[in-house]
Amino acid sequence: MELYELTCHELLSKINEEKTSSQQIIRSLKDRIELTESKVNAYVRLNINDFTCEHTHNANSALSLQGIPASIKDNICTEGINTECCSRILGGFKPPYDATVIQKLKDAGASIIKTKTNMDEFAFGSSTENSCFGPTHNPWQQDCVPGGSSGGSAAAVAADEAVFALGSDTGGSIRQPAAFCGIVGLKPTYGSVSRYGLIAFASSLDQIGPLTKDVRDCALVMNVISGYDSKDSTSVNRIVPDYTQALINDVTGIRIGIPQEYFIEGIDPEVKEIVEAAIAKLTLLGAIHKPVSLPHTEYAVPVYYLIATAEASSNLARYDGVQYGFRSCQSRQSLLDMYKKTRGEGFGEEAKRRILLGTFALSHGYYDAYYLRALKVRTRIKEDFDAVFKDFDCIITPTTPTPAFGIGEKSKNPLQMYLSDIFTISPNLAGIPAISIPCGFTKKGLPVGLQILAQTFNEEMLFKVAYTFEQNTPWHLKKPKL
Amino acid sequence: MPFSLDTVKYVAHLARIELKAQELEIISNQLQDIVAFIDMLREVDINAINPTSHILPLQNVLREDTLVESLPIEKALGNAPERKGSFFGVPKVIE
Repeated sequence: MELYELTCHELLSKINEEKTSSQQIIRSLKDRIELTESKVNAYVRLNINDFTCEHTHNANSALSLQGIPASIKDNICTEGINTECCSRILGGFKPPYDATVIQKLKDAGASIIKTKTNMDEFAFGSSTENSCFGPTHNPWQQDCVPGGSSGGSAAAVAADEAVFALGSDTGGSIRQPAAFCGIVGLKPTYGSVSRYGLIAFASSLDQIGPLTKDVRDCALVMNVISGYDSKDSTSVNRIVPDYTQALINDVTGIRIGIPQEYFIEGIDPEVKEIVEAAIAKLTLLGAIHKPVSLPHTEYAVPVYYLIATAEASSNLARYDGVQYGFRSCQSRQSLLDMYKKTRGEGFGEEAKRRILLGTFALSHGYYDAYYLRALKVRTRIKEDFDAVFKDFDCIITPTTPTPAFGIGEKSKNPLQMYLSDIFTISPNLAGIPAISIPCGFTKKGLPVGLQILAQTFNEEMLFKVAYTFEQNTPWHLKKPKL
Repeated sequence: MPFSLDTVKYVAHLARIELKAQELEIISNQLQDIVAFIDMLREVDINAINPTSHILPLQNVLREDTLVESLPIEKALGNAPERKGSFFGVPKVIE
């Protein structure tokens, strides 16, 4: 086994036994990237001769991620290291501070890779095709998308070009690419991981989370990045459990709800079959499953595209060519003209579409009919989950209705692209935690993801069920041929 | 249908985005489709439901009014496309 193939916990044991070092791991990753990156394009602004990490010179090897390199999505601020959200409008931006999660990773001994991972511009997308640096390719089939918006992070982990990565998830941006790339991706409970230094898309939905090679790594990273932060006013002050304690290979008596609305017409028959087989496997291992109903499921996508774009239109108002990034040189006439030209030239197509939709939803005369209505239906969606969790420990669904689609297949039809998030959006609206783990492969060799949902702050339930499934199946061990 | 070309022009003005004629047309058609889809929310009975703006039981998160360190001017201006002394430089605002 090459070092780049190993998980965090495998590398940590090797480091503890002094069989390898942080430098050797970086060198191994660098060799791997040289070999495969031209096929994947997971990283942006990559200069292989300058592929380095920020080393934290802490000799204490008892630190939980000592010596482990971390790959970071291009929307999480790293002090002095370009963070551009893969957008022209943030070109050249070097944050003056670290995001809280970056500070926490450094404190835990991790090394931050200076080259960031590719994403849809400002996390607007489900395919990583909306990046000003060009699309990332799915490591399993390079003419397919890796999913998005954290497609670079997911593809890097799947291609062994990263040990683990951080992404952000507003409507599925960690879980959907994790499913398409055959890895583990977690969207934590809203408020459990600090958003300080995460470049905001939709503040009431965004969460940072890990993309990892297995469930144990996911728990290890969550142990480091979770916790209260006074710099994020929606951070929740509670004691962070040791998530590795929840890695128990036993689901005896666990009550799983299977929402009938997620096995709809239009779901790929192979995905349905594979997910049903996964549920049968968990039943065999002692879990109990019953059909449940989340009656407002079909409204999740429209609710999301009103709330997320409304919040985005407000959050992205700050990109005006004054404080950072790109400024149009086309006009020096007036401030207003400079704003309009800068934003017209600096934002990509999808960013403009979403800002316009959000501005519309908040505008005079439409606010009540669109934005306020969406907030009220959001309450209904949350109540659906609350009702099910009275009688069930977790909910299981497919992560996505189809496996990875072709590059270019949906990029001309935004509405069709939005519908690919149909199963991942509701957990963001309800604020609950959700994990995607690999649960099989299609005949064409594309991975399929299993999504597990639990009550707010019950990540331990996700880890327990995911770990049990993983320990009794071979899917997480499969690697793409590159 | 609310998304006429004029509406898109008006919203683009509110959002401070200059659109090319061709962009205007494409985006207007796409937004038309998206809003038609979103209109399915009219089916839901929203009487007597409170809106959810975020899911946490938090309100008015305040801190002690004490002096804390903030970003030094040099760092804050480090990314500015144009600066004049210790200020951000912009086109003339007042004639």
